[in-house]
Amino acid sequence: MFLKKVATVVALTTLASSAWAGCGISEGRVSIVGNEFPAIQTIGAGAMECAGDGVTVETNLTADHQKINLPGMTGNPAEFTSAIVANSSIVALMNNDVIRPLNDLVEKHGQGLQKSQLVTIDGNIMGIAFMANAQHLTYRSDILDQLGIAVPTTYEEMLAAAGAIRSSGLMRNPVGGAYAAGWNLAEEFVNMYIGHGGEFFKPGTAEIAVNNQHGYDTLNMMKQLSHFMNPDYLTHDSNATSAEWKAGNVALMNMWGSRIGALRGDEVDAAVVAATATAGPMTVGGGSTAASTLWWDGFTVAKNISDADAEATFMALMHAIRPEMLNETTAPQAVWLIDGYEPTPAAAGVFAAAAMGTKPYPMLPYAGLMHSAAGTELVDFMQGKENAEQALAGLEAAYTTAAKEKGYL
Amino acid sequence: MKHKTFFWFFLPTALAMFLFIALPLTSIVSQSLHTPHDAVLVVVESCDPFGCKSETTIDHEASKQIKEEQPKGKWVGFAIYTDRNHLAFKEVGELWENKTNLIDFVSGLNNLPFYRAMGFTITFVLVVTPLVILFGLIIALAVNSLHRHLKGLMVFFSLLPMIVTPLVGSLILFWMIDSRGIIGSGLQELFADPNLSLKASTGLTWITLIVYGVWHSAPFAFIVFYAGLQTVPQETIEAAMIDGASRLQQTYHVVVPHLSPLVAFVALIQLMDNFRVFEPIVGFSASAHATSLSWIIWNDIGQEIRLMSSAATTSVLTIIGVIILLMPVLIRTWREFNPQK
Repeated sequence: MFLKKVATVVALTTLASSAWAGCGISEGRVSIVGNEFPAIQTIGAGAMECAGDGVTVETNLTADHQKINLPGMTGNPAEFTSAIVANSSIVALMNNDVIRPLNDLVEKHGQGLQKSQLVTIDGNIMGIAFMANAQHLTYRSDILDQLGIAVPTTYEEMLAAAGAIRSSGLMRNPVGGAYAAGWNLAEEFVNMYIGHGGEFFKPGTAEIAVNNQHGYDTLNMMKQLSHFMNPDYLTHDSNATSAEWKAGNVALMNMWGSRIGALRGDEVDAAVVAATATAGPMTVGGGSTAASTLWWDGFTVAKNISDADAEATFMALMHAIRPEMLNETTAPQAVWLIDGYEPTPAAAGVFAAAAMGTKPYPMLPYAGLMHSAAGTELVDFMQGKENAEQALAGLEAAYTTAAKEKGYL
Repeated sequence: MKHKTFFWFFLPTALAMFLFIALPLTSIVSQSLHTPHDAVLVVVESCDPFGCKSETTIDHEASKQIKEEQPKGKWVGFAIYTDRNHLAFKEVGELWENKTNLIDFVSGLNNLPFYRAMGFTITFVLVVTPLVILFGLIIALAVNSLHRHLKGLMVFFSLLPMIVTPLVGSLILFWMIDSRGIIGSGLQELFADPNLSLKASTGLTWITLIVYGVWHSAPFAFIVFYAGLQTVPQETIEAAMIDGASRLQQTYHVVVPHLSPLVAFVALIQLMDNFRVFEPIVGFSASAHATSLSWIIWNDIGQEIRLMSSAATTSVLTIIGVIILLMPVLIRTWREFNPQK
């Protein structure tokens, strides 16, 4: 009897350890670069499980990933074998031809993938998406209940709610917004501009077209919102805005679905955690388009690496996004595009965004230039140093100069 | 020394200077005169988790061919130097013609990225350099007059601001001056203004950056002057004491003239370093209020879509700026070592 027990234990341990080692990869080097929010940390940890004899797996997950992913993949052999990207960051990699088509790898190892996970350009699978994300309303249900305010569905209602909260004396600066000069400010501009129904470029060309009434309305709404924010808002990115929320200083904000889980961390006051509630993105100016953008996050595989490394990378990441990875901890971290994902309450906002037909962030080669120009040129307007028309004229001039330099105009 | 001996003595340094200074310089000058080739765009079907649509993208086959034929890129001459992101000849010309008064012209210039950065950089250089020299001298005189058992300890503490990594030092100060940080809320109490925020006002941010710059660089001036103070000739000091000079007069008439070559040296180094100010702007997330030439270079390279030619051009302009700034000091040093016969 005892021997039988021992034998079972030994057999089980051997089985477990052999399943644990390798993920079926024989050899290769895997090096992943990506953002640092919890969902990506999970993917990184999942890929690291494949490390073992002959297979090395490293991850570099940082908020500055967009500064290092392209330089890291341009060399030959590339430093990073995979970059975890989103709609906007994949464009920079595609423009410079540093990622490889995954058609053959998907055929060989990608049996569990759903068609919606494949990001294809002209028939070439350039990335495998594993989660969807969007910015949507996050609010303190206790504050809104206490003052009898309905959950805002438009930005105008949000302004009214903020005014009511401020006059009640509960919070001085109830609105939170990731309005840090640079990428974050530009992202808020893009969201609000889409909400007003604007188009960024003249159709079929790379010529920018934001200096119009939609642009003025966008900037004015952003300015009005900033009056209800912490005066340092031009230095607050998503992390700082989340910190303000966790400290209980903010009651209304437009936050990434992927960061909502972190707001309910152990170090946060229980009352704040209990009152953190989400809703879909808001509309603005009486429009029906959500003032937000839909994003997918996925992985790509570098071009300038050996085929063995590419295969190892693909298999390691497929292991990280396999349906079995969904559990109590990982499921609420994002809207996973994985077979068997059941939406959790944290995902309600992103689902609402998708249901509203929120537009995905444009994947144009020159959208990044517009984004960068907005990040620097709109700061003066937010500080009251110039009016909306001057700010947008500056944005267009900065974009046109950069686009001419890069050869798009 | 014989020329041949000098040559062999200097060869390793010359080689290092060639590899690490001359070659990179040639490279960035060349990069600033070229831009990427015109993009060949093509409209294709692209699909993602949210649906399929026609999207514009780059035609890599055609682009690769053009790139192989002309690897350096498209020759544009000085077009990048004169474009809006740099010297902006066209925009400045328009501003000058349409100006109503000088204030308008200057605030219009402030809208152009290069001139805005120059504004802060020049202010930073002109304010921080003399302050660093002044504070360095004061600290050196103070530490030099301490009891010898305390001197070593005080030298160590005085050097600390320079040893702290600029980024770490500025981040720590950034958190302290946040309106919820210890210095930020302290100032709010002091001025009885709950809306006071150092980070929200351009003027106050400039002052914060300048204070940080002086705090960080004063130890360098201190240690140079402190070394110089050890060589002050005691006979001259004693003669001045006998003649009835007070401490202040001794310092002003004997010590300071003795240190003047060191002042020139510290000024040279500080002018160069302050012109390249960068870490405080990043550490304080101050780019909304203050930008500098080095920051523009970093920003251009750090975008989603990197602007390499623009960054190279700003680098060349920075080097030219440093040369212009150092001209007076270099001429003076040249004259000292090569007196007119």
